[in-house]
Amino acid sequence: MTIRFEINGEKVELEVAPDARAVDVLRRELGFTGVKEACGQGECGACTVLIDGQSRLSCLMLAAQLHGRTVLTIEGMAHGDRLHPLQESFIEHGAVQCGFCTPGMILAAESLLGREPRPDRERIRQGLSGNLCRCTGYQKIVDAVEAVVRDGGEKP
Amino acid sequence: MTRVWLPSSLEELWPLWAENPGAALYAGGTDLLVRRRAGLVRPEALICLERVAELGRIEPDGPEVFLGAAASFSRLLSSPLVTEKYPVLAAALQRIGSPQVRHMGTLGGNLVTASPAGDSLPPLYTLDAVVELVAVGATRRVPIAEFIQGPGQVDLRPGELVSGVRLPATDGNLQHFEKVGSRAALAISIASLAVAGRLSDQGEVLQIKLAWGSVGPTVVCAPAAEAALQGKKLTPETLAAAGELAQQAASPIDDLRASREYRLALVKNLLLRLAP
Repeated sequence: MTIRFEINGEKVELEVAPDARAVDVLRRELGFTGVKEACGQGECGACTVLIDGQSRLSCLMLAAQLHGRTVLTIEGMAHGDRLHPLQESFIEHGAVQCGFCTPGMILAAESLLGREPRPDRERIRQGLSGNLCRCTGYQKIVDAVEAVVRDGGEKP
Repeated sequence: MTRVWLPSSLEELWPLWAENPGAALYAGGTDLLVRRRAGLVRPEALICLERVAELGRIEPDGPEVFLGAAASFSRLLSSPLVTEKYPVLAAALQRIGSPQVRHMGTLGGNLVTASPAGDSLPPLYTLDAVVELVAVGATRRVPIAEFIQGPGQVDLRPGELVSGVRLPATDGNLQHFEKVGSRAALAISIASLAVAGRLSDQGEVLQIKLAWGSVGPTVVCAPAAEAALQGKKLTPETLAAAGELAQQAASPIDDLRASREYRLALVKNLLLRLAP
Protein backbone atom coordinates (compact mmCIF):
# COMPACT_ATOMS: atom_id res chain seq x y z
CA MET A 1 0.00 0.00 0.00
CA THR A 2 1.07 3.59 -0.58
CA ILE A 3 1.54 5.82 2.45
CA ARG A 4 2.28 9.54 2.55
CA PHE A 5 3.52 11.38 5.59
CA GLU A 6 5.95 14.03 6.73
CA ILE A 7 9.17 12.99 8.40
CA ASN A 8 11.68 15.41 9.89
CA GLY A 9 10.21 18.24 7.82
CA GLU A 10 10.14 16.38 4.52
CA LYS A 11 7.16 14.89 2.77
CA VAL A 12 7.58 11.29 1.70
CA GLU A 13 5.50 8.84 -0.27
CA LEU A 14 6.38 5.19 -0.30
CA GLU A 15 5.12 1.74 -1.01
CA VAL A 16 5.12 -0.51 2.05
CA ALA A 17 3.91 -3.95 2.99
CA PRO A 18 0.63 -3.15 4.79
CA ASP A 19 1.59 -5.07 7.90
CA ALA A 20 5.19 -3.79 8.12
CA ARG A 21 6.00 -2.24 11.47
CA ALA A 22 6.71 1.49 11.57
CA VAL A 23 10.12 0.88 13.18
CA ASP A 24 11.21 -1.36 10.29
CA VAL A 25 10.07 1.04 7.59
CA LEU A 26 11.71 4.03 9.30
CA ARG A 27 15.01 2.17 9.69
CA ARG A 28 15.23 0.02 6.58
CA GLU A 29 13.26 1.87 3.91
CA LEU A 30 14.06 5.42 4.98
CA GLY A 31 17.42 4.90 6.71
CA PHE A 32 16.51 6.62 9.99
CA THR A 33 18.60 4.23 12.04
CA GLY A 34 18.46 6.58 15.04
CA VAL A 35 15.16 4.81 15.71
CA LYS A 36 16.39 1.91 17.84
CA GLU A 37 14.71 -1.35 18.62
CA ALA A 38 15.48 -3.31 21.76
CA CYS A 39 12.56 -5.15 23.34
CA GLY A 40 10.07 -4.99 20.46
CA GLN A 41 7.14 -5.11 22.87
CA GLY A 42 6.68 -1.64 24.31
CA GLU A 43 8.72 -2.02 27.48
CA CYS A 44 11.94 -0.10 26.76
CA GLY A 45 11.19 3.09 24.81
CA ALA A 46 14.22 2.76 22.49
CA CYS A 47 11.99 2.98 19.40
CA THR A 48 10.22 6.17 20.56
CA VAL A 49 9.31 8.60 17.80
CA LEU A 50 7.08 11.66 17.91
CA ILE A 51 3.83 11.36 15.99
CA ASP A 52 2.19 14.79 15.67
CA GLY A 53 4.39 15.87 18.58
CA GLN A 54 3.47 12.95 20.86
CA SER A 55 5.83 10.19 21.91
CA ARG A 56 4.83 6.78 20.62
CA LEU A 57 6.45 3.41 20.22
CA SER A 58 7.27 2.67 16.60
CA CYS A 59 7.63 -1.05 17.34
CA LEU A 60 3.92 -1.18 18.23
CA MET A 61 2.68 0.74 15.22
CA LEU A 62 2.18 -0.43 11.70
CA ALA A 63 3.70 1.69 8.96
CA ALA A 64 0.16 2.18 7.65
CA GLN A 65 -0.56 4.20 10.80
CA LEU A 66 2.05 6.77 9.76
CA HIS A 67 -0.11 7.82 6.80
CA GLY A 68 -1.06 11.49 7.04
CA ARG A 69 0.99 12.07 10.19
CA THR A 70 3.98 14.24 11.04
CA VAL A 71 6.85 12.13 12.31
CA LEU A 72 9.95 13.28 14.15
CA THR A 73 12.96 11.05 14.78
CA ILE A 74 16.26 11.96 16.40
CA GLU A 75 17.62 12.78 12.93
CA GLY A 76 15.19 15.71 12.76
CA MET A 77 16.12 17.31 16.09
CA ALA A 78 19.19 19.28 14.98
CA HIS A 79 18.95 22.26 12.66
CA GLY A 80 21.79 21.78 10.22
CA ASP A 81 24.98 21.77 12.26
CA ARG A 82 23.24 23.24 15.29
CA LEU A 83 22.26 20.58 17.76
CA HIS A 84 18.97 20.80 19.63
CA PRO A 85 19.34 22.19 23.18
CA LEU A 86 18.43 18.74 24.57
CA GLN A 87 21.22 17.15 22.53
CA GLU A 88 23.71 19.79 23.67
CA SER A 89 22.64 19.30 27.26
CA PHE A 90 22.97 15.49 27.09
CA ILE A 91 26.57 15.98 25.89
CA GLU A 92 27.29 18.65 28.49
CA HIS A 93 25.98 16.54 31.38
CA GLY A 94 27.48 13.20 30.35
CA ALA A 95 23.98 11.79 29.93
CA VAL A 96 25.16 9.43 27.19
CA GLN A 97 27.18 6.29 27.71
CA CYS A 98 26.55 3.51 25.21
CA GLY A 99 24.01 5.78 23.48
CA PHE A 100 21.47 3.17 22.51
CA CYS A 101 18.66 4.65 24.61
CA THR A 102 19.60 8.26 23.85
CA PRO A 103 17.40 8.91 20.77
CA GLY A 104 14.35 7.61 22.63
CA MET A 105 15.26 9.52 25.79
CA ILE A 106 15.68 12.80 23.93
CA LEU A 107 12.42 12.35 22.02
CA ALA A 108 10.56 11.41 25.21
CA ALA A 109 11.97 14.56 26.81
CA GLU A 110 10.93 16.63 23.78
CA SER A 111 7.39 15.20 24.00
CA LEU A 112 7.28 16.03 27.72
CA LEU A 113 8.46 19.62 27.18
CA GLY A 114 5.92 19.98 24.39
CA ARG A 115 3.02 19.31 26.74
CA GLU A 116 4.56 20.70 29.92
CA PRO A 117 7.31 23.33 29.38
CA ARG A 118 8.46 23.63 32.99
CA PRO A 119 8.43 20.19 34.63
CA ASP A 120 10.16 19.76 37.99
CA ARG A 121 12.60 16.92 38.60
CA GLU A 122 9.86 14.51 39.64
CA ARG A 123 7.79 15.27 36.54
CA ILE A 124 10.89 14.82 34.37
CA ARG A 125 11.43 11.38 35.91
CA GLN A 126 7.79 10.51 35.18
CA GLY A 127 8.12 11.86 31.64
CA LEU A 128 11.11 9.59 31.02
CA SER A 129 9.66 6.60 32.86
CA GLY A 130 8.95 4.76 29.62
CA ASN A 131 12.60 4.72 28.58
CA LEU A 132 15.11 2.29 29.99
CA CYS A 133 18.82 3.10 30.26
CA ARG A 134 21.17 0.36 31.43
CA CYS A 135 24.30 2.56 31.69
CA THR A 136 23.83 5.92 33.31
CA GLY A 137 21.63 5.29 36.33
CA TYR A 138 19.38 8.06 34.96
CA GLN A 139 20.67 10.89 37.20
CA LYS A 140 22.66 12.58 34.45
CA ILE A 141 19.81 12.20 31.98
CA VAL A 142 17.44 13.91 34.41
CA ASP A 143 20.13 16.56 35.06
CA ALA A 144 20.39 17.19 31.32
CA VAL A 145 16.65 17.70 30.86
CA GLU A 146 16.42 19.79 34.02
CA ALA A 147 19.16 22.10 32.72
CA VAL A 148 17.24 22.68 29.48
CA VAL A 149 14.12 23.55 31.49
CA ARG A 150 16.17 25.92 33.66
CA ASP A 151 17.79 27.60 30.68
CA GLY A 152 14.46 27.99 28.93
CA GLY A 153 15.52 25.86 25.99
CA GLU A 154 18.60 27.99 25.23
CA LYS A 155 21.96 26.41 24.59
CA PRO A 156 23.67 25.60 27.89
CA MET B 1 0.56 -10.64 3.67
CA THR B 2 -1.88 -9.24 6.22
CA ARG B 3 -4.02 -6.43 4.87
CA VAL B 4 -4.57 -3.34 7.00
CA TRP B 5 -7.28 -0.68 7.00
CA LEU B 6 -7.66 2.57 8.89
CA PRO B 7 -11.30 3.62 8.55
CA SER B 8 -12.20 7.11 9.72
CA SER B 9 -15.85 6.44 10.58
CA LEU B 10 -18.13 3.58 11.53
CA GLU B 11 -19.82 4.00 8.17
CA GLU B 12 -16.50 3.20 6.51
CA LEU B 13 -15.72 0.42 8.97
CA TRP B 14 -18.86 -1.73 8.61
CA PRO B 15 -18.48 -2.74 4.94
CA LEU B 16 -14.72 -3.34 5.41
CA TRP B 17 -15.40 -5.61 8.35
CA ALA B 18 -18.24 -7.39 6.54
CA GLU B 19 -15.89 -8.19 3.65
CA ASN B 20 -13.12 -9.29 6.03
CA PRO B 21 -14.86 -11.03 8.90
CA GLY B 22 -11.57 -12.60 9.99
CA ALA B 23 -9.97 -9.21 10.59
CA ALA B 24 -8.73 -8.35 14.06
CA LEU B 25 -9.72 -4.94 15.40
CA TYR B 26 -7.27 -2.88 17.40
CA ALA B 27 -6.69 0.72 18.45
CA GLY B 28 -3.49 1.32 20.43
CA GLY B 29 -1.84 -1.92 19.40
CA THR B 30 -0.03 -2.22 22.72
CA ASP B 31 -1.50 -5.67 23.27
CA LEU B 32 -2.51 -7.10 19.90
CA LEU B 33 0.67 -6.16 18.04
CA VAL B 34 2.82 -7.66 20.81
CA ARG B 35 0.89 -10.94 20.66
CA ARG B 36 0.96 -10.91 16.88
CA ARG B 37 4.74 -10.50 16.79
CA ALA B 38 5.10 -13.32 19.31
CA GLY B 39 3.08 -15.52 16.94
CA LEU B 40 0.26 -16.00 19.47
CA VAL B 41 -2.33 -14.56 17.09
CA ARG B 42 -2.31 -14.62 13.30
CA PRO B 43 -5.12 -12.36 12.12
CA GLU B 44 -5.72 -12.55 8.38
CA ALA B 45 -6.36 -8.80 8.26
CA LEU B 46 -6.16 -5.85 10.64
CA ILE B 47 -8.52 -2.93 11.11
CA CYS B 48 -7.05 -0.08 13.15
CA LEU B 49 -9.71 1.93 14.98
CA GLU B 50 -7.54 4.89 16.01
CA ARG B 51 -9.11 7.21 13.40
CA VAL B 52 -12.76 6.21 13.76
CA ALA B 53 -14.24 9.55 14.81
CA GLU B 54 -17.19 8.14 16.77
CA LEU B 55 -14.86 6.05 18.92
CA GLY B 56 -12.68 9.00 19.89
CA ARG B 57 -15.39 11.12 21.47
CA ILE B 58 -15.09 12.32 25.07
CA GLU B 59 -18.24 14.23 25.92
CA PRO B 60 -21.05 14.80 28.40
CA ASP B 61 -24.39 13.22 27.51
CA GLY B 62 -27.04 14.57 29.85
CA PRO B 63 -25.88 13.72 33.36
CA GLU B 64 -23.57 11.01 32.03
CA VAL B 65 -20.15 11.16 30.45
CA PHE B 66 -19.31 9.15 27.33
CA LEU B 67 -15.71 8.06 26.89
CA GLY B 68 -14.94 6.72 23.42
CA ALA B 69 -13.37 3.29 23.23
CA ALA B 70 -10.52 4.47 20.99
CA ALA B 71 -9.64 7.69 22.85
CA SER B 72 -6.10 7.24 24.16
CA PHE B 73 -5.45 7.22 27.90
CA SER B 74 -3.53 10.49 27.56
CA ARG B 75 -6.46 12.15 25.80
CA LEU B 76 -8.76 10.99 28.60
CA LEU B 77 -6.27 12.37 31.12
CA SER B 78 -6.28 15.76 29.40
CA SER B 79 -10.06 16.04 29.73
CA PRO B 80 -11.52 17.76 32.82
CA LEU B 81 -14.56 15.50 32.33
CA VAL B 82 -12.32 12.68 33.51
CA THR B 83 -9.90 14.37 35.89
CA GLU B 84 -12.49 16.47 37.75
CA LYS B 85 -15.46 14.11 37.86
CA TYR B 86 -13.76 10.75 38.08
CA PRO B 87 -10.40 11.14 39.86
CA VAL B 88 -10.31 7.42 40.69
CA LEU B 89 -10.24 6.67 36.97
CA ALA B 90 -7.71 9.43 36.28
CA ALA B 91 -5.41 8.09 39.01
CA ALA B 92 -5.53 4.62 37.49
CA LEU B 93 -4.94 5.82 33.93
CA GLN B 94 -1.94 7.81 35.15
CA ARG B 95 -0.37 4.57 36.42
CA ILE B 96 -0.80 2.62 33.18
CA GLY B 97 2.40 1.75 31.33
CA SER B 98 4.45 4.80 30.41
CA PRO B 99 3.82 8.12 28.66
CA GLN B 100 4.29 6.41 25.29
CA VAL B 101 1.89 3.60 26.19
CA ARG B 102 -0.66 6.14 27.47
CA HIS B 103 -0.43 7.96 24.12
CA MET B 104 -1.48 4.72 22.44
CA GLY B 105 -3.55 2.53 24.78
CA THR B 106 -7.34 2.86 25.06
CA LEU B 107 -10.26 1.95 27.34
CA GLY B 108 -11.72 -0.19 24.56
CA GLY B 109 -8.54 -2.22 24.49
CA ASN B 110 -8.43 -2.62 28.26
CA LEU B 111 -12.08 -3.74 28.26
CA VAL B 112 -11.87 -6.27 25.44
CA THR B 113 -8.49 -7.64 26.55
CA ALA B 114 -10.19 -8.18 29.95
CA SER B 115 -6.95 -8.91 31.73
CA PRO B 116 -7.27 -9.37 35.51
CA ALA B 117 -4.51 -6.75 35.65
CA GLY B 118 -6.23 -4.17 33.41
CA ASP B 119 -5.71 -1.04 35.51
CA SER B 120 -8.68 0.95 34.20
CA LEU B 121 -11.14 -1.82 35.07
CA PRO B 122 -11.45 -1.59 38.90
CA PRO B 123 -12.26 2.16 38.72
CA LEU B 124 -14.87 1.50 36.02
CA TYR B 125 -16.51 -1.09 38.34
CA THR B 126 -16.66 1.35 41.25
CA LEU B 127 -18.11 4.06 38.99
CA ASP B 128 -20.87 1.71 37.69
CA ALA B 129 -19.65 2.10 34.12
CA VAL B 130 -21.87 0.81 31.35
CA VAL B 131 -20.17 -0.56 28.26
CA GLU B 132 -21.72 0.55 25.00
CA LEU B 133 -21.59 -1.88 22.10
CA VAL B 134 -22.43 -1.09 18.50
CA ALA B 135 -23.16 -3.26 15.49
CA VAL B 136 -24.73 -2.40 12.16
CA GLY B 137 -28.03 -0.77 13.09
CA ALA B 138 -27.90 -1.79 16.74
CA THR B 139 -26.63 -0.50 20.06
CA ARG B 140 -26.47 -2.43 23.29
CA ARG B 141 -25.53 -1.30 26.80
CA VAL B 142 -24.13 -3.74 29.32
CA PRO B 143 -22.96 -3.02 32.88
CA ILE B 144 -19.22 -3.61 33.09
CA ALA B 145 -19.55 -6.39 35.66
CA GLU B 146 -21.69 -8.33 33.17
CA PHE B 147 -19.60 -7.40 30.14
CA ILE B 148 -16.45 -8.94 31.61
CA GLN B 149 -17.10 -12.63 32.12
CA GLY B 150 -13.64 -14.01 32.76
CA PRO B 151 -10.02 -13.43 31.88
CA GLY B 152 -10.05 -12.48 28.20
CA GLN B 153 -13.76 -13.30 28.01
CA VAL B 154 -16.32 -10.61 27.30
CA ASP B 155 -19.95 -10.35 26.24
CA LEU B 156 -19.20 -9.28 22.69
CA ARG B 157 -21.40 -10.75 19.95
CA PRO B 158 -20.21 -11.35 16.37
CA GLY B 159 -20.25 -8.07 14.45
CA GLU B 160 -20.20 -5.96 17.60
CA LEU B 161 -17.49 -3.64 18.84
CA VAL B 162 -17.11 -1.56 21.97
CA SER B 163 -17.91 2.06 21.13
CA GLY B 164 -17.19 3.41 24.60
CA VAL B 165 -18.21 3.52 28.22
CA ARG B 166 -20.85 5.59 29.91
CA LEU B 167 -20.21 6.85 33.40
CA PRO B 168 -23.15 7.99 35.49
CA ALA B 169 -22.98 11.30 37.33
CA THR B 170 -21.36 10.95 40.71
CA ASP B 171 -21.93 13.04 43.80
CA GLY B 172 -19.30 11.08 45.66
CA ASN B 173 -16.65 12.83 47.73
CA LEU B 174 -14.52 9.72 48.12
CA GLN B 175 -12.49 8.43 45.19
CA HIS B 176 -9.21 6.64 45.63
CA PHE B 177 -6.86 4.36 43.66
CA GLU B 178 -3.87 2.28 44.72
CA LYS B 179 -1.59 0.13 42.60
CA VAL B 180 1.28 -2.08 43.63
CA GLY B 181 3.74 -3.10 40.94
CA SER B 182 7.39 -4.07 40.87
CA ARG B 183 8.26 -0.51 39.85
CA ALA B 184 6.42 2.77 39.37
CA ALA B 185 6.19 2.67 35.56
CA LEU B 186 5.74 -0.08 33.00
CA ALA B 187 4.66 -2.53 35.67
CA ILE B 188 1.83 -5.02 35.48
CA SER B 189 -0.19 -4.70 38.67
CA ILE B 190 0.47 -7.16 41.47
CA ALA B 191 -2.68 -5.80 43.08
CA SER B 192 -4.76 -2.66 42.71
CA LEU B 193 -7.70 -1.16 44.54
CA ALA B 194 -10.29 1.36 43.39
CA VAL B 195 -12.71 3.06 45.77
CA ALA B 196 -15.66 5.33 45.04
CA GLY B 197 -18.30 6.49 47.45
CA ARG B 198 -19.73 9.19 49.63
CA LEU B 199 -18.93 10.18 53.19
CA SER B 200 -21.08 12.29 55.51
CA ASP B 201 -19.73 15.53 56.94
CA GLN B 202 -18.82 13.49 60.01
CA GLY B 203 -16.87 11.05 57.86
CA GLU B 204 -19.34 8.17 58.05
CA VAL B 205 -19.72 5.99 54.97
CA LEU B 206 -23.03 6.73 53.24
CA GLN B 207 -22.17 4.66 50.20
CA ILE B 208 -19.04 2.84 49.07
CA LYS B 209 -17.90 0.63 46.18
CA LEU B 210 -14.65 -1.30 46.27
CA ALA B 211 -12.95 -3.18 43.45
CA TRP B 212 -9.59 -4.95 43.37
CA GLY B 213 -7.49 -5.83 40.33
CA SER B 214 -5.04 -8.73 39.86
CA VAL B 215 -6.33 -10.73 42.84
CA GLY B 216 -8.76 -12.98 40.99
CA PRO B 217 -9.62 -14.11 37.46
CA THR B 218 -11.36 -10.78 36.87
CA VAL B 219 -11.97 -7.68 38.96
CA VAL B 220 -12.89 -8.70 42.52
CA CYS B 221 -15.77 -6.97 44.28
CA ALA B 222 -16.63 -7.61 47.92
CA PRO B 223 -20.20 -6.62 48.81
CA ALA B 224 -19.68 -7.98 52.33
CA ALA B 225 -16.76 -5.62 52.88
CA GLU B 226 -18.80 -2.71 51.52
CA ALA B 227 -21.70 -3.58 53.84
CA ALA B 228 -19.36 -3.79 56.81
CA LEU B 229 -18.24 -0.21 56.23
CA GLN B 230 -21.76 1.18 55.80
CA GLY B 231 -22.44 3.91 58.38
CA LYS B 232 -18.94 3.57 59.87
CA LYS B 233 -16.02 5.93 59.88
CA LEU B 234 -12.94 4.86 57.93
CA THR B 235 -10.62 3.92 60.79
CA PRO B 236 -7.80 1.36 60.81
CA GLU B 237 -10.12 -0.95 62.79
CA THR B 238 -13.18 -0.76 60.51
CA LEU B 239 -10.99 -0.99 57.42
CA ALA B 240 -9.11 -4.01 58.74
CA ALA B 241 -12.39 -5.79 59.44
CA ALA B 242 -13.63 -4.99 55.93
CA GLY B 243 -10.27 -6.06 54.51
CA GLU B 244 -10.63 -9.48 56.10
CA LEU B 245 -14.03 -9.90 54.45
CA ALA B 246 -12.51 -8.83 51.14
CA GLN B 247 -9.78 -11.44 51.48
CA GLN B 248 -12.51 -14.08 51.43
CA ALA B 249 -13.79 -12.73 48.10
CA ALA B 250 -10.33 -12.69 46.50
CA SER B 251 -8.74 -15.71 44.83
CA PRO B 252 -5.24 -14.62 43.85
CA ILE B 253 -2.69 -16.87 42.18
CA ASP B 254 1.04 -17.37 42.56
CA ASP B 255 2.91 -16.13 39.52
CA LEU B 256 6.28 -14.68 38.65
CA ARG B 257 5.24 -11.25 39.91
CA ALA B 258 4.05 -12.19 43.40
CA SER B 259 2.81 -14.98 45.62
CA ARG B 260 -0.79 -15.68 46.51
CA GLU B 261 -0.07 -14.81 50.16
CA TYR B 262 1.46 -11.44 49.30
CA ARG B 263 -1.50 -10.55 47.13
CA LEU B 264 -3.95 -11.55 49.87
CA ALA B 265 -2.09 -9.32 52.34
CA LEU B 266 -2.37 -6.46 49.82
CA VAL B 267 -6.14 -6.93 49.48
CA LYS B 268 -6.48 -5.92 53.11
CA ASN B 269 -3.55 -3.55 53.46
CA LEU B 270 -4.41 -1.36 50.47
CA LEU B 271 -7.75 -0.70 52.14
CA LEU B 272 -5.96 0.57 55.25
CA ARG B 273 -4.65 3.47 53.17
CA LEU B 274 -8.16 4.96 53.29
CA ALA B 275 -7.71 5.70 56.98
CA PRO B 276 -7.22 9.44 57.54
